[in-house]
Parts: sequence; structure tokens; C-alpha cells
Amino acid sequence: MPAIPLSKAPQPSETNPAQIRNFCIIAHIDHGKSTLADRMLGITEVVELRNMRAQYLDRMDIERERGITIKSQAVRLPWRSGLDNQEYILNMIDTPGHVDFTYEVSRSLAACEGAVLLVDCAQGIEAQTLANLYLAMENNLTIIPVLNKIDLPAAQPEKFAEELARLIGCEPEDCLRVSGKTGVGVTELLDQIVKQIPAPVGDANAPTRALIFDSVYDTYRGVVTYVRVVDGHLSTRDQIQMISTGVRHEMLEVGVISPEPVVSKGLGVGEVGYVITGVKDVRQSRVGDTITTYNNPAKVALAGYKDPRPMVFSGLFPIDGADFPMLREALDKLQLNDAALVYEPESSAALGFGFRCGFLGLLHMEIVRERLERESNLTLISTAPNVVYTVTTGDGTVLTVTNPSEYPEGKIEKVEEPIVRATVLAPAEFIGTIMDLCQERRGTLLGMDYLSEDRVEIRYTLPLAEIVFDFFDQLKSRTRGYASLDYEPIGEAEGDLVKVDILLQSEKVDAFSAIVHKDKAYAYGTMMTGKLRELIPRQQFEIPIQAAIGGRIIARESIRAIRKDVLAKCYGGDISRKRKLLEKQKEGKKRMKMVGRVEVPQEAFVAALTTDADIDKAKAKAKERE
Amino acid sequence: MSTLAFYIHIPYCVRRCGYCDFNTYTPAELAISADLSVTSRSYIDLLLREIEFARETSTATTVPTIFFGGGTPTLMESQDLGRVIRAIGSRFDLDDRAEITIEANPDSVTKGKLAALREVGFNRISFGMQSAVTHVLASLDRTHNPENVVKATTWAREVGFQEVSVDLIYGTSGESMKDWERTVDTALALPISHISAYALIVENGTKLGAQVKRGEVIMPDDDQTADKYLLADEKFIAAGFNWYELSNWSKPGSECRHNIAYWNGDNWWGAGAGAHSHIDGRRFWNVKHPAAYAQKIGENKNPMHEQETLTAEEIRAEEIMLQIRLSTGLDRASLSQIQEQPLVGYLTTHHLQADAWANGRVVLSNSGRLIADRIVREILL
Repeated sequence: MPAIPLSKAPQPSETNPAQIRNFCIIAHIDHGKSTLADRMLGITEVVELRNMRAQYLDRMDIERERGITIKSQAVRLPWRSGLDNQEYILNMIDTPGHVDFTYEVSRSLAACEGAVLLVDCAQGIEAQTLANLYLAMENNLTIIPVLNKIDLPAAQPEKFAEELARLIGCEPEDCLRVSGKTGVGVTELLDQIVKQIPAPVGDANAPTRALIFDSVYDTYRGVVTYVRVVDGHLSTRDQIQMISTGVRHEMLEVGVISPEPVVSKGLGVGEVGYVITGVKDVRQSRVGDTITTYNNPAKVALAGYKDPRPMVFSGLFPIDGADFPMLREALDKLQLNDAALVYEPESSAALGFGFRCGFLGLLHMEIVRERLERESNLTLISTAPNVVYTVTTGDGTVLTVTNPSEYPEGKIEKVEEPIVRATVLAPAEFIGTIMDLCQERRGTLLGMDYLSEDRVEIRYTLPLAEIVFDFFDQLKSRTRGYASLDYEPIGEAEGDLVKVDILLQSEKVDAFSAIVHKDKAYAYGTMMTGKLRELIPRQQFEIPIQAAIGGRIIARESIRAIRKDVLAKCYGGDISRKRKLLEKQKEGKKRMKMVGRVEVPQEAFVAALTTDADIDKAKAKAKERE
Repeated sequence: MSTLAFYIHIPYCVRRCGYCDFNTYTPAELAISADLSVTSRSYIDLLLREIEFARETSTATTVPTIFFGGGTPTLMESQDLGRVIRAIGSRFDLDDRAEITIEANPDSVTKGKLAALREVGFNRISFGMQSAVTHVLASLDRTHNPENVVKATTWAREVGFQEVSVDLIYGTSGESMKDWERTVDTALALPISHISAYALIVENGTKLGAQVKRGEVIMPDDDQTADKYLLADEKFIAAGFNWYELSNWSKPGSECRHNIAYWNGDNWWGAGAGAHSHIDGRRFWNVKHPAAYAQKIGENKNPMHEQETLTAEEIRAEEIMLQIRLSTGLDRASLSQIQEQPLVGYLTTHHLQADAWANGRVVLSNSGRLIADRIVREILL
């Protein structure tokens, strides 16, 4: 039996680094990472069968429901190798699987010596997996290629073994074949992890350095910080210090996750575990930072620390203005667990009080919004997402614009916008379609490579703003879901950009202003004016709806005045009923927002700010619930 | 001297029209096999008992108006209808000049019948003409020959009705502007002193309501219906009929006093199945079904189904809602500043009459009447 009872396994704080293997699993959403992790927990017997549940490690509801991992964790798995019959400790570090969290992925990778590259052998590798694979290679990790789901009838292990071999420079037969679902090949995989991945190396006598690769807020314990000890030793007796900030903390608890928290005396070289310091906010314990001891501090931090930088901004407003304090509270709470989330109060004439929020990317934005709504029971409107622009005015002032309302009036010298390098992986039959889409979105082709006979990698530079505006949805729908996308910021470039305002009866509606490319301004203007004409009910006067760039009108529509709003009869028996009806309708009026003299129903704002893709998603969700 | 107007509800029709949601029943629905005259006699007996009950309940002395509606009141024997008028007259002070109205179907009257109605005390008659256009009548399930209206109104005059009114309905599916204009012109050629013109309301629970919901009947858009209102208003006024309530026009002095009592918030007693009453801020209404009504009365019980006592705020809301429909309008001085403020907007869009406004009244213009409910919502507190 290769499993070792926990009590007999090498104990934390006193495990010889030579017995330790630190690895992560790189995989795309749906490629079966969580199922494989479940299987590993079962085979190493750290979770008893009766306690097992699907996606054991994904703690948040959203993670389990969406099948994606947002926050990584580390699990300590004792294992007796079938190859040499020796005892080992395997630390499995889970990595987030989405482009928005590339930085977090890179820190998780930095905590490992090896990576299991897990690919669904019915689908092949996806763009984000490829991006993470490249990251792992840059970190000099040992890659173990693994084809998952070999039990599926549609599995094509030969084809994708070729693809993986070509990508990482190995032989196709080096690819392991497993099924997380049935357990086939998982024992062999654990043995190969021991065999192929090098043991961690560090100086036990040097000043302590531990890498923070994750930081999670827990309601009861405060911030739980996940670390990998590189040099020295962490113990409960220590006072610790964050190298980037110099802030000192008391160490309240040290432990490992196996997969429930187990308190230990400390953590030694190469070990992975958690520390609790009583800190209440993850921003004080940032991913990528280095922990050292206060009494014997290390001079040099571990490499690679970065401040998370928001890339996408959007206004979040409560539908019910009275919920504003609740929204603030919910954001404050969320920020405890999300160092990348930034926000500041914003007031919109149309939407009232809310917050301008900065996100790492679109998924991050969606997740934050969903968590705010779900965990705090709020209903929110979000304005169209935008990127950060650098605007130089005629008189040479340089402004950073994260909100169309900050866009300066008057003469503008130039506008710069963030540019990304995007990688799309797709079956070769979609090359034309994908190039058309990227071309429409102001892309520049960088190159194209065949991964296998019928799969290509297409690289483009694109303005981030174009990706933010339903690019991913378009890509998916035009390639029947086969294409995958990854991107990374590579800088800024000047763009021919303008701000389009939407006016109702000559009053600007700030929530609908957008910064768009000059060639798309007209399309945006007609789209918005058309939508609003459908959404705003007729009122007692005609309402012109205009789209304008500065003082120039580029599109117009109008809502004709209402002609009839009366019931013809009102006799004895009708009076009571009619009074009640009017009073009820009067209540409905309270849900209207006034833009100048125009009453705009709350729903009109929501609908006007919703893209078709959002509507499709909402429909799909509703269907799932049925 | 306090007054009490009487509304008498006759809940019977030979057949039900597709748009109608009134409290009325056909012989088939009631499974009546006996002659309607038997029903007539027994239902009238019940009404007389309720009138006695009204006498015991009310402190009013004078009855200024009586209105027989339905249903189809002319299905009752004229002598039976006369018994009701006599009963009211014997228990209250019924003025010689009291207005006593009956609604009538132009198809179901003869000159003899009209003379008999006149004989028992009716002095005002209102005919359900609805339209002069056959296909419009058909879409309303009304089958009378438009010619009959000419005969009926002429006979009514001949037998001595001083006040003759017709009801018109516009805005049915398939009614063109020309159709409506023909109806208006035809009505104006009749020997009448009063016209009510109603935009068709599609009520839930009616055959028409179901047809519209299923998409079998497409209703004309509101803009066309608004144009029809304006056309009628213009023609009625040109013919000497004054507008005095949203859907009512009359020759000077021929306004329906009974209906004005509703809009002024006066006291009235509704007798009969499902009839509503209003006494000093209290509204109550009877059980709906004639059988249930008969049972209650038979057991010497109050036929009332439910009641509500209006708060001061509700009374005020009703005043606003009803008075704004009248040509006399609302008193500006009775409105708060918060209520007046949105009205200024409606003044600039010509939904209110400027001269009346200057004289301290809120009176709707013809375009304003068409959005009266919207304006009321603005000023309800």
C-alpha cells in the first residue's frame, strides 16, 4: 500500500527536504483538474472515503458552481513511492486557471519545482494552459505531461500526445495517460512526481525567507497566508516581517493543509503551509511578498513581487439607492480577500451613488459582481467596462482616465490606450474567422504556428479595450466554442479615440458615455440611441435622444409624446378600483430615475448597459436552474 | 337637506357581448327556463326590500336622481320598473324634477314599450348605440340594425322623453377613422341631447381580453384612438354639445345629473346584485350573483359583500381623480405646492387650459384629457 497513515508520515517542521516534492497542476477549466485532485486526495488517503465530496478543494460556492478555481491552495499528501518504497511528502499547489490571475499563477509556480501539465485528451491544449505552461517553463519547472479523461469515447490520446510532445520537447510516449474519474494511472502519476520532480533546495541555516503564494481572508481567523519556505525556518515563536512593507506581525499559528488545517510547530526548508498572524486584510499580506523573521531578517527578497494593477474599470451602482451603504460594506469585506480589487465612491447623475471599481480583467469583474450580489444580497447595475487611458490635452496636461466622465473637454493632443498581446488557439478551419474578428477589433497579426496538423496558435496585438468589449464572447460564438484566448499587457499605444455622449432631451446621461475608436463611434451611437428608444416609455412631451462627440451630433432618435393614458369610464363601481390602480402605478413611478425632465425606468438602464452576450448568458443560467 | 341618488342594477342580458365585464347574466348562465317576466317580478321584489333597507339606514330625505343600469334594464316589465320608482317615491322625497334614467338596447324597444316606460316615470333614456357601422357592431357582438337607433330615438322623443342620450364606443379592432367619423355624424343627426363616447377598454376576463391575449384580435394603437377622441370632441362641440366630463358631452342643461353625483362624491345607494354604494366616505357593495343576492335578501340579511371606509387622504385622492375629469376641473388653491409643480409642465405642453389656470382652476385641454390618468398620478400624494 503506497499510502501512509498521517500520524506515521514525516511531520511538518521536521521533514527532510529530500523527501519533499512541490508541484502544481496546470490545466484549463473543464480539463479535470479538480477531479484529478480529488482522486489524489483519495489515493493518498488524506480524505476518508465517507468525507469525500466532489471538487473537495474548491471552497467557494462560485468556484464549485462555475467549475473554476479562483484561489489556490496547497495540500500536503504523504506518499510511499511504489518505485523505491520510500516515504515522501507531496505538496500539491492548486493554481487559478484564468488569464486574469496570471500573476497569482506565476507566484504559485514559483513555489513549485515541477508542474503536471494536464490536458483533456478529447480537446487538446487551450490558450491559457499554453500561457501557463510557458510561465512554468520560464520558472524552470519540471513538466510532467499528462493526458486526462482517457476513459472518454472521444479521447484522442495519440493526437494530443504528439501535440504536447512538440510543445515541451519530449517524446509522445512520455505523456502519462490518466483518468481522474476512474482513477486509472493516478498512482503511476504520483510515483512519477516523486521520480521526476526535483526535491526543493534551500539553506536551513540562512535567514528565513518564505514566499507568499496565496492569501485568503477567513471570517474567524483573519488572513490565512499560504507560504513556501525557501530558506531558514518559520515557527510559532517567531515574529515575522514582510520584506516589501517592513511591517511586523506576531505569528499566531503555523500549519499545513492536509486537506484540513493541521497545526504544526513550524515549517522547514522546502515545506509548504500556512501562517496566521491576526492580520485582517489580505493587502497586508500580499501575494509575491517575502516573509522573513524579525530577529534575523533576510536582506534580499525573493524575486518576482508585483503590485496587482487593475486593467478594467466599471461603475457599480445599487439598483436601490438605499443599498449604497451595504455596497460599501460588501466591497470592504471583499477587499479583505482580494488584494487586486480597487474602488472609490462615484456619483452618477443617472445612477446615483456607487463605486468606480478596478479589476484585473473581465472574469475578475464578473466574479466580484457575482459575489457582491450573492453574498450581500444586492442587486447591482454595472456600467460598460473600460480600460485606462492616458490623455494628453492641447496644453500638454497628461491625465489618466479610468472613467469616461473624467475625459477632458476641449482640444486633445493624443490618447493612449493599453495594448495586449493575444494568443488564440483554435482548429485550423477557423483561421479566417479569427483573423476577421481580430482585424475588426484593430488587431495586428504577429504570427501563426501550427501546434499540430489541424490546430493553430495565432498571435495578435490588440487594444485591451477591444477585448473588454465582448471579444471573448464573439470569439467563442464564431468558432463554435473551439477557440481559446490568452492575453498579456505589453504597453500602451496611441489610438484614434473619441468620447461618445448620449443625450436625453439635451441632457447628458453620464452612465452611457463611452470612449470608443473613431470608426466605431457611429455604431455605438446608433446602437445606444436605438436601444433607449425602445426602452424609455413615451412621456407627455417628445424626447430627442442623441449621440454626440463633443458638440457634434452623430446619431439621433426620438420618442414621440404619449397621446393616450386614461381610462374612458369612471362611474360608481369603478371609483374604488381606479383609485387603487392609480396609487399602485404611482408606486411604480418611484422606481423611475429622472434625467432632466425625463423619467427613465431603472430597467432601461440595466437593459441599455447589457450586451446581447450578457442576455444570452443570463438565459443560459436561467435554463441551468430549471 | 341631504340627498341620496339611487342606482338600480338589473343584472340580466339576453346575451353577453365580448367586451363586457359588467355584472350581468344571461338566461343560459342562470339556467332560467321560466319566462323572463317571472324573473322580473321576483327580482324587483328583492329590490323593493333593499330600498326599504336603504330607508332604514340612510338619513337622507331627498332623492334627486335615479338611474337604472345593467345588464339590460328594459328586459324587465315596465310595470315592475315602475314599482321601484314608486317605492323610492313613497319612502323618500322624490322631486318632480328628479332625473330618472333608463339604459336601453335600441333593438329591444318598441314605441309601445317606450311609452310605457315614460308612463311609469322615466324621463331620460340612454341608448347603447355604440356604432353606426355594421362591421364595428359585429366586432362588439352587437347585432342591432343601425337603422333601429334612428327609430328608437325618434320614438323616445315622440312619447315624451325630454332627455335622450346615446352611448358610443370607439377604438375597436378594425374600426377605421372613416368608420368612426360616420358613427359620430350619424349620432349627431339623431334627435338627442346627450352623447357618451368611450374608448373601448379591453378588460381581463372577457372574451375580448382573451382574444387580445392570444393575439387573435389586434387592438388599434393608442395614437389612432387619441385621434378619434379629438375628432369626436371637435364635431360634438361644433354641433352644440358641450364637453363636461372626459367621455361625456351634452346640450346646455342636459348633463346627466346622476353621473355628476358620482364625480362630485355625493351620496348614492346602489340597489341590486353587485351594486356599489357610497355614503359619507364609506363605500360598500353587494354580493354579485343574483342568486346570492336573492338568498341574502330572502334571509332578511344585508346583501352587502364588503365595505371600506375611506381615509381623509383617500377621499382627497378620489376628489382629484374624479374632478379633474370634469370641465369645472380642480381648484388650484386646494393643491399643495408639490402637487402644483408638475402641473406647470403640463401647462407648457398645453395639456391644461391656460385661461382656466389663470383663473385658479386646473382644467384639462382636449389633449390633456387623453392623458388624465398620467396627470393624476403626478399629483396624487
